[in-house]
Amino acid sequence: MSQKQSFKKDIESARRDFPVLSQLINGCPLTYLDSGASAQMPQSVVERLNNYHAKEHANIHRGVYQLSERATQEYEDARKKISEFLNARKAEEIIFTRGTTNAINLVANSFGREFFKAGDEIIISYMEHHSNIVPWQMLCEQLGTKLKVVPISDVGELDMSVFGELLNERTKLVAITHVSNVLGTVNPVNEITAMAHDCGAKVLIDGAQSAPHMPVDVQDIDCDFYVFSGHKMCGPTGIGVLYAKMDLLNRMRPYEGGGDMILSVSFDKTLYAEVPAKFEAGTPPIAAAIGLGSAVDYLNNIGMSVIHEYEQSLTKYAMDSLREVSDLKFFGTSPTKSGVISFNVKGIHAHDMGTLLNDYGVAVRTGHHCAQPVMERYKVPATTRASLYLYNTRDDIDVLVESIRKVQKLFN
Amino acid sequence: MSSKQIYQEVILDHCKKPRNWGKIDNPTHKAEGINPLCGDHIWVTMNVRDDTVDDIQYEGESCAICMASGSMMTTKIKGGSLVAASKLIDDFRALTTGALENTEEKTLGSLSIFSGIRDLPSRVKCAMLPWHTLTAAINSQGEVSTEGDHDPVPGSGTDK
Ligand SMILES: Cc1ncc(COP(=O)(O)O)c(C=O)c1O
Repeated sequence: MSQKQSFKKDIESARRDFPVLSQLINGCPLTYLDSGASAQMPQSVVERLNNYHAKEHANIHRGVYQLSERATQEYEDARKKISEFLNARKAEEIIFTRGTTNAINLVANSFGREFFKAGDEIIISYMEHHSNIVPWQMLCEQLGTKLKVVPISDVGELDMSVFGELLNERTKLVAITHVSNVLGTVNPVNEITAMAHDCGAKVLIDGAQSAPHMPVDVQDIDCDFYVFSGHKMCGPTGIGVLYAKMDLLNRMRPYEGGGDMILSVSFDKTLYAEVPAKFEAGTPPIAAAIGLGSAVDYLNNIGMSVIHEYEQSLTKYAMDSLREVSDLKFFGTSPTKSGVISFNVKGIHAHDMGTLLNDYGVAVRTGHHCAQPVMERYKVPATTRASLYLYNTRDDIDVLVESIRKVQKLFN
Repeated sequence: MSSKQIYQEVILDHCKKPRNWGKIDNPTHKAEGINPLCGDHIWVTMNVRDDTVDDIQYEGESCAICMASGSMMTTKIKGGSLVAASKLIDDFRALTTGALENTEEKTLGSLSIFSGIRDLPSRVKCAMLPWHTLTAAINSQGEVSTEGDHDPVPGSGTDK
């Protein structure tokens, strides 16, 4: 039996791994379709966190006693798991951060502020999350660097020919999302990286919406930086990851100063610790890092390609079902899109839709999704977004479609 | 009460047949209100004579809660005094944020349906926007937003 079949057979049990999903909301079974904002945690991760708090907690890298040494080992094991998950060259290339936003700010400050100057250019795209826009804007204000923006097409794909035109010898960094959190578009990150490298620019990939859903190989992409958040991939909040190539990490300045990031401190001269400690000042979110390691175990047990395939088929089912709803307009219809589905129904504001869907236990995101330039591009104030994950089923999609029809009836 | 009931009982009626819909030509008072987070954009225009609101109109693009709130607002304000309008604005704010005692809800009449909004903190600003804009019109402020310095309900849930 192929892996795919065994996952399909197991899909019911995968759903049962998530205790939160078995509750009623307004008397209806919860239909959770907001994993793009935050995914739910399986019981195994909840238990791992519980166990850590109940029996294993101590500060790391500091104690010579057993408890501290064990916590340190678990924390470093989590780093190793994540480095294997991304196929990084070594574990030290994995820096723990508070999340995607924090990781991007780290790169803007430790890399951008150190190596960019006035007149240099940074390329982003119209489909970035605010967290991959604002840190660069702030940097540009400080340094006089220029921000260039790759436009997107009606179906929601990057205009690669404009991207090619924007690249030049002044381009220092290309910061692009792997998967759009509004449109679901999967961007050609290998091609983008190769083109940027040809111009001598570095590449940051925002993996917040890709790491949880598909196999990612940072060596294959060859990107210089790759960032993601734990809470979108079955892990806890407060933890995220910056992957960066070792030679860059070695040349970058520390982001924050404090304990754990130093070799020695004196008032004459402070020596910084080696990578990765250099970028992890202060007591890190130890439990959350270990929890993320456990989430990686969970995902690996199912298999990232299996998850990807399952979600692709569910996305197709969802798009086909929603297409049957009258007066429904999609935002983002790229043929290879991931399970992030934005839409509006004529005559019904997204916020009214979201509020009323909640009556049927359906949790969707409504608003601008921290991506106001995308809203502006499609001339809408807000959209309704259903985002899928491994625990969603066709039943969830059927409930969504049925509930949208009920809301429509209410308005007509 | 479920959201569906709130919508069914009043909101949708006012959305389908908004009262006092439009913009008065050459009004004595006017203001524009925006909620950048949901894209709501509305106008309130009034003719006030001797402290009495002779006419008030409301128009804009918004979600149903905002639209119904605006429509109902005009019916309550029209023909009354500016003092009464200001009192109603305060009461409405108290109602939607849950600061009002149940007994006082009676004076708000049909508006008391909006007390259900308390359970939907992220929607309080939608209901408040017309009233917020009315305040601006009375004070000749011109334009107001639900965000920043003019936030009518600071600290309430928003879509960041
Ligand atoms: C594409 C993308 N980038 C960045 C972020 C920010 O992630 P976080 O809020 O976990 O830092 C998100 C999450 O909303 C996202 O979807």
